[in-house]
Amino acid sequence: MSSTATRAAQSAAGPASAGTDAGVSNPGPSAEQGGPRGPENPQSRGPATDYADYRLVPSRHPWRWVGTAVVALGVAAVAWSLATNPRWEWGVVAQWFTAQSVVNGLVETLKLTAISGALGFILGFILALMRLSASPLLVSVSWTFSWIFRSTPLLVQMLLWYNLGYLYEKISLGIPFTDVRFFEVQTTTLISQFAAAVLGLTLNQAAYSAEIIRGGILSVDQGQLEAAAALGIPAWRRSTRIVLPQAMRAILPTAFNEIIGLVKGTSIVYVLAYSELFYTVQVIYNRTQQVLPLLLVATLWYVVITSVLSVFQYYIERHYSKGAVRTLPLTPLQKARRFFATHAATDNRARSTR
Amino acid sequence: MTATAVATEHPAASDTTRGLVEITKVRKSFGATEVLKGITLTVEPGGVAVIVGPSGSGKSTLLRTINHLEKVDGGFIAIDGELVGYEVRGKRLHELREKDILKQRTEIGMVFQNFNLFPHLTALENVTEAPVVAPRSGKPRLTKAEARDRGLELLDRVGLKDRAGAYPRQLSGGQQQRVAIARALALDPKILLFDEPTSALDPELVNEVLDVIRELATSGTTLIIVTHEMGFARDVADTVVFMDQGQIVEQGAPHDIFTNPQEERTRSFFSKVIEPAFNI
Repeated sequence: MSSTATRAAQSAAGPASAGTDAGVSNPGPSAEQGGPRGPENPQSRGPATDYADYRLVPSRHPWRWVGTAVVALGVAAVAWSLATNPRWEWGVVAQWFTAQSVVNGLVETLKLTAISGALGFILGFILALMRLSASPLLVSVSWTFSWIFRSTPLLVQMLLWYNLGYLYEKISLGIPFTDVRFFEVQTTTLISQFAAAVLGLTLNQAAYSAEIIRGGILSVDQGQLEAAAALGIPAWRRSTRIVLPQAMRAILPTAFNEIIGLVKGTSIVYVLAYSELFYTVQVIYNRTQQVLPLLLVATLWYVVITSVLSVFQYYIERHYSKGAVRTLPLTPLQKARRFFATHAATDNRARSTR
Repeated sequence: MTATAVATEHPAASDTTRGLVEITKVRKSFGATEVLKGITLTVEPGGVAVIVGPSGSGKSTLLRTINHLEKVDGGFIAIDGELVGYEVRGKRLHELREKDILKQRTEIGMVFQNFNLFPHLTALENVTEAPVVAPRSGKPRLTKAEARDRGLELLDRVGLKDRAGAYPRQLSGGQQQRVAIARALALDPKILLFDEPTSALDPELVNEVLDVIRELATSGTTLIIVTHEMGFARDVADTVVFMDQGQIVEQGAPHDIFTNPQEERTRSFFSKVIEPAFNI
């Protein structure tokens, strides 16, 4: 027994082998040392073992499996009720999902999002630069703009723009404080539903995106600007080539939040009776009384738009992360390709060894 | 300290028409703290001045006033007789417009303590950016192709031609600083400013950067270097300037100032920073 224990002590970890000499001359304490730790297998081979042919047993996570099971059950229950409860009226959903009027409404929603999103972010960029400028007037104008448009409800802004004709009958372009007018037009003819919607969404969006862009610009290290200035790179180029690409990493996640919010935010223009997606389904269900299925139609379209935007977000963020990480992470497509490639390879190897 | 013309014993300083730096009675305050209290210093064309001193002594600020990254509150700085940041018209000093300041800066390269490479551009793109876009006096901007050739040549000079396509984050600290030096050289400056170029580096990476600077010291470009590497200062400098509390305490040839400092403050500083084993 004692000789086995000594061998066990030898085959155990490093510190035990230091006591091996003592163990040989004095088996007693060595048995105590090696006894509890030694493997039961008397055929264990000396300290030269490199464990190359040992089987690796991964550690187990029983609670992870319990959690997974509970969640899977919940997901299954929801899916089952969605599929089997006839009151969801999936047939009606399918019937209206690609109806011409709904698709027209969808196009209007996309148009509003694209135009007010683009204009909003351009105006927001200008506001952000104003806010960061050295001129106190520009700073305070930019601050006041954000303050006003962030503190008024979007709904009120919409109605205000649409009813601008009540406040100002005519809109004219001329030299202030004189009677010179180059151009004059009735407000009601200028501010259509579409114009009011774009105006309201754009200005509101600009107020929020100004802060997002400003935050992104502030996140870029001051040393970058210094290095660019020391190299004689002109101011505009410093902003667009050096600062903005680095700021984009901080700007993009929040900016996509805003754009996705805007997609659904366009539904608020139903108060102007503008026939975008949400207003269109309202008109339809007021006629057919199939309220929930038609809301579901609109919802599904919003889900589709958001999903497409999320894919864009992933790839745009990836583009701007070059240089910020040592190696770019694989795209889901690349991961899938690699997964199948390696698994095919191991299968082949397994087959060839057999 | 009064203005002292520094004798240049540099072997390769044949081109004596470019790179004369004259700093006269320069003062600078940040709020209530006066960081530079009337600095006067002349660095001859092709000369190598090394500025040493305790932290907070104003070394870096002085360096940054030379390329007008910091505006001075008093005194003036001239490069080859031309004022930095200002223009003399009659009896008035007119502050230069941004574009003209940028032109002056293209004559003065700067290397920073923490590199400040543009992380979203490759090593080569970092080097080629300025020559293509910066306004230059008397010289045309380079085309993209010319800048690329020049960039590769410079990366080769700092031993990094094969890493031209790497992003800064994929390079070691020493390699990043060598790219930063190549970037500063891309505009073919008269003067190079080094602000503690090795302070952010692991000890084993310091020498690869110092070797590049050593090579530059023999190229005829005027170098002004702030560093804590005393051995390097002794090797490469033809003038060592010791600064403390916003003033130049003492300056002279490296051998004199290291072995026989005249001022008590200089002596006590060197006794702390130079290791006992370091034989001068």
